[in-house]
Amino acid sequence: MTTRREFLKTGAAGALLLNVAACSRPSANGGQAAVLAALIPVVLEGALPVKDEERSALIMRTVTGIENAIAGLSPATQKEIGELFDLLSFAPTRMLVAGVWTPWPEATPEAIGKFLENWRNSRFDLLKSGYAALRDLIFAAWYARPDTWTAIAYPGPPKVE
Amino acid sequence: MRDSFREGLAAGWKYIDASELAADQTFEADVVIIGSGAGGGVSAELLTGAGLDVIIIEEGPLKTTSDFKMLESEAYPSLYQDSASRQTADKAIKILQGRCVGGSTTVNWTSSFRTPPPTLQWWQTAHGLKNLSVEAMAPWFAAMEQRLHVGLWPLPPNENNDALARGAKRLGIPTEVIPRNVKQCWNLGYCGTGCPTNAKQSMLLTTIPAALTRGATLISRLRADKFEFAGNKVSALDGLALKPDGLHPSGIKIKLRARHFVLAGGAINSPALLLRSHAADPHGLVGKRTFLHPTVISAGLFATPIKAYAGAPQSVYSDHFLKKTAIDGPLGYKLEVAPLHPILFSTTLQGWGESHARLMREFANSQVVLALIRDGFNPASQGGQVKLREDGSPLLDYPLNETLWEAVRRALLTMAEIQFAAGATWVAPVHEADVGYKTWRDAKQGIASLPLAPLRCRVVSAHVMGGCAMGATPEKGTVNDEGRHFQIENLSIHDGSLFPTSIGANPQLSIYGLVARNASLLAAELSGKPRPAIL
Repeated sequence: MTTRREFLKTGAAGALLLNVAACSRPSANGGQAAVLAALIPVVLEGALPVKDEERSALIMRTVTGIENAIAGLSPATQKEIGELFDLLSFAPTRMLVAGVWTPWPEATPEAIGKFLENWRNSRFDLLKSGYAALRDLIFAAWYARPDTWTAIAYPGPPKVE
Repeated sequence: MRDSFREGLAAGWKYIDASELAADQTFEADVVIIGSGAGGGVSAELLTGAGLDVIIIEEGPLKTTSDFKMLESEAYPSLYQDSASRQTADKAIKILQGRCVGGSTTVNWTSSFRTPPPTLQWWQTAHGLKNLSVEAMAPWFAAMEQRLHVGLWPLPPNENNDALARGAKRLGIPTEVIPRNVKQCWNLGYCGTGCPTNAKQSMLLTTIPAALTRGATLISRLRADKFEFAGNKVSALDGLALKPDGLHPSGIKIKLRARHFVLAGGAINSPALLLRSHAADPHGLVGKRTFLHPTVISAGLFATPIKAYAGAPQSVYSDHFLKKTAIDGPLGYKLEVAPLHPILFSTTLQGWGESHARLMREFANSQVVLALIRDGFNPASQGGQVKLREDGSPLLDYPLNETLWEAVRRALLTMAEIQFAAGATWVAPVHEADVGYKTWRDAKQGIASLPLAPLRCRVVSAHVMGGCAMGATPEKGTVNDEGRHFQIENLSIHDGSLFPTSIGANPQLSIYGLVARNASLLAAELSGKPRPAIL
């Protein structure tokens, strides 16, 4: 007997959801940027300045950094990441799979935090790997930038002449 | 800083960036070498040394000393497979593997170990590779150690490595100094982003320049797509030139013809090329038994700065837990440390939000121990399998089983105990459960019951081995102990995919030594000159 867990794990249901989301992609990259702009302040809580007037500029720079990083990945990986953002952008799968009931720009930090924890602790490898991909993209784009290094007491590379 | 590679290019070395080609083209040589890493580099030097005409092709770009700026943001996309985030099929293991001229030797941390005697003895007895004795291999390792300036690291270890040495010593666990392939090393700590000071004796600085000086041709940004066969021989290799982005084929097709082909694309890409080409594989072995040294991580916080970003990345190791159990018993592990840089550390650490930010604020005081688990000896440790995606690109499926998790638990305990003994104030196995302990007593209790599962407990790898293994007979392997394909007459495999098990040590010198032997034999055969006296 195929249990629900096995069903999702084998990827059949997961793939179906991804297909549904992919077929619906009206706003391919716009969707991705909106998801990231909502996730970044939550994933980077404690790293992103709270009051800084540049906060929104820093978020946008991080979105751009992530977009550049994705463009450098292998086509196969880019396709998977595209599917992940389709799933998160498409309202029905956003609600059903991510459990986020409002559009991303309106989602509260609590709702986004709950989504991250649900995927992180999910029974399904597909969702756990989705959580991992999102945080990897965000952290890599953030800590790639020298202006984030002072906060972690990293002096940057030494001078070599 | 001198950039001798660029000087060589200016002096007329034959080099082609395939992304700049405007028309289809055919190249011909005595030998075509696929891949410019440890195996391809050594092959190129020895084959050109015998007077053979050689073409080396590389899928990644050519980056040289003056390109190496010690920035992760530049190095990962340009020098590593999939921007340093190549993953296994279920995404539970992240793999660091090079993708540039010099392959992983351009970006590795320079640890240079001979194949451990117990591994060679196991290959002789369990895999029938009788010729690969410790005594027979010793001169080849010695020759490559000399060629690549391998020596025990003479300076004191950095704090990151010293914590491993200090903690282990307090517990009566012996540690040793790591031999490194460096010359006049500045002790900077940026080996992983390409050596900026010409210290690392990678293929980029040694064997490839030697081959180019003798007239070899190097073609970068050229993907080896498929072999064509005529009877039991490779008749040609079909290559796809990549666009300047290094990712997408430009549409330009390159055909390479040669008397002999040397496949050295690294474990994962080498078996994938054979699979894509539908190469003879009567016993269904290609891609199977691919090993990773699955590696788990323990992070420790110290009251004083560790600065794990500075200084030789790896200079101390312990093989105590490899020697403690039978080679085919419960899986043993090698202990080393990892250098920390902001992207590598932030993406490896568990969690998100404030809990993650708090750990990042302790970056300079963080210390990290690695346990590299020796896979492929215990019958329950069969490694993974390289398969092809729909688009023909390789995908490694590596299931993590109970035999492995049992070793992971022992390793996490060992590392925590060592870190506390070294003076850590807090130790955390890198695991999405977000656990952390203030005393060894708490850690011992906590780790004993920590649920271990894929995508929960962090597992990484920088050592991909196997998939086109040597065997005593065609039923047991893809190639013989000389790297010669059992079914395809003019094809040799000269890279880490040869290994029938994992190595149980960082593999670069194992590849150098074995390939030096096999490329010397091949050079003698193809050139009609006598076999090397060293045999």
